[in-house]
Amino acid sequence: MTPETLETLQAARAARRPVALLTRLPDGAQLLYPDQPVPAALAEAAEAALRDDRAAPVTLGEESWFIQPQTPPPRLIVVGAVHVAQALVPMAVQVGLAVTVVDPRRAFATEERFTAGATLVDEWPDDALNALRPDSRTAIVTLTHDPKLDDPALDVALRSDAFYIGALGSRRTHAKRVDRLTEAGHGPEAIARIRAPVGLDIGAVTAPEIALSIIAQVVAARRGKLDGAP
Amino acid sequence: MSGTEDILETARAWRAEGEKVALATVVETWGSSPRPAGSRLAVTETGRLAGSVSGGCIEGAVADIARQVMQSGTPQLLDFGISDERAWEVGLACGGKLKVFVEPLA
Repeated sequence: MTPETLETLQAARAARRPVALLTRLPDGAQLLYPDQPVPAALAEAAEAALRDDRAAPVTLGEESWFIQPQTPPPRLIVVGAVHVAQALVPMAVQVGLAVTVVDPRRAFATEERFTAGATLVDEWPDDALNALRPDSRTAIVTLTHDPKLDDPALDVALRSDAFYIGALGSRRTHAKRVDRLTEAGHGPEAIARIRAPVGLDIGAVTAPEIALSIIAQVVAARRGKLDGAP
Repeated sequence: MSGTEDILETARAWRAEGEKVALATVVETWGSSPRPAGSRLAVTETGRLAGSVSGGCIEGAVADIARQVMQSGTPQLLDFGISDERAWEVGLACGGKLKVFVEPLA
């Protein structure tokens, strides 16, 4: 790999721009898709690799090529810069999620409380989420316990294609939340997308244990192993 | 996802420090290989390693060849498998087979 190719790959990663690296085997000649013109069969394979987010070998006549997609990392939006969020952020970063923490309360979303690679946003959750435009590569989890903050976030989340939506709170808290979201016009099918109580049931008690149960559930959703996943 | 850790960023940093660097990438797997195609290992001439191409079974052998590749400047395509004598030597005990491409970062 030439240093120039490496620089282009890293710039694409930083800009969240999907690219595919095409390597001819065994001589190592490389092309970047879509930055450089490539034969139609390779372009098709590169598109498929990017769509499926899966590396694949391709035979083109006598030539063997290896197609390696580089897609932007999935995102996790955390609403509520609370204690559980402090434990959640480093775990999320470890499993390869790009994390944004949203909390309009100035005392919470501070650099001092979140040193491990999360973007901090101190806007209201609905404004913040609308600006972040959650897509099918986005997970959203609300942690504030406060309907004033959680509900507007869930309202935006339910209108999005987010691959995971979780909300902290007991069954009783969630039942009341379901009533409010129903009143706000969300149907039962949409509301059923919310994982609540949030996280896999591992008997979590402490903040790091709750964070672990949440991150395990997000990974399960991302890998298609969550029952009833949308 | 081909990997969560940014091996290329580590490779770039090592090169910026003046190290010679080679990259190994899993390009094809059969059977129960522990790491999927696209998994990367970065190796320096001084023996630093980042990432992985297996569960630790063949990293040593790949690193040795990576140092040859840094010297020669010529990439190599390696086969590891249970039917291969080398696999026994380096202990790919899982029964899987894989191809690893090793290239200089230069």
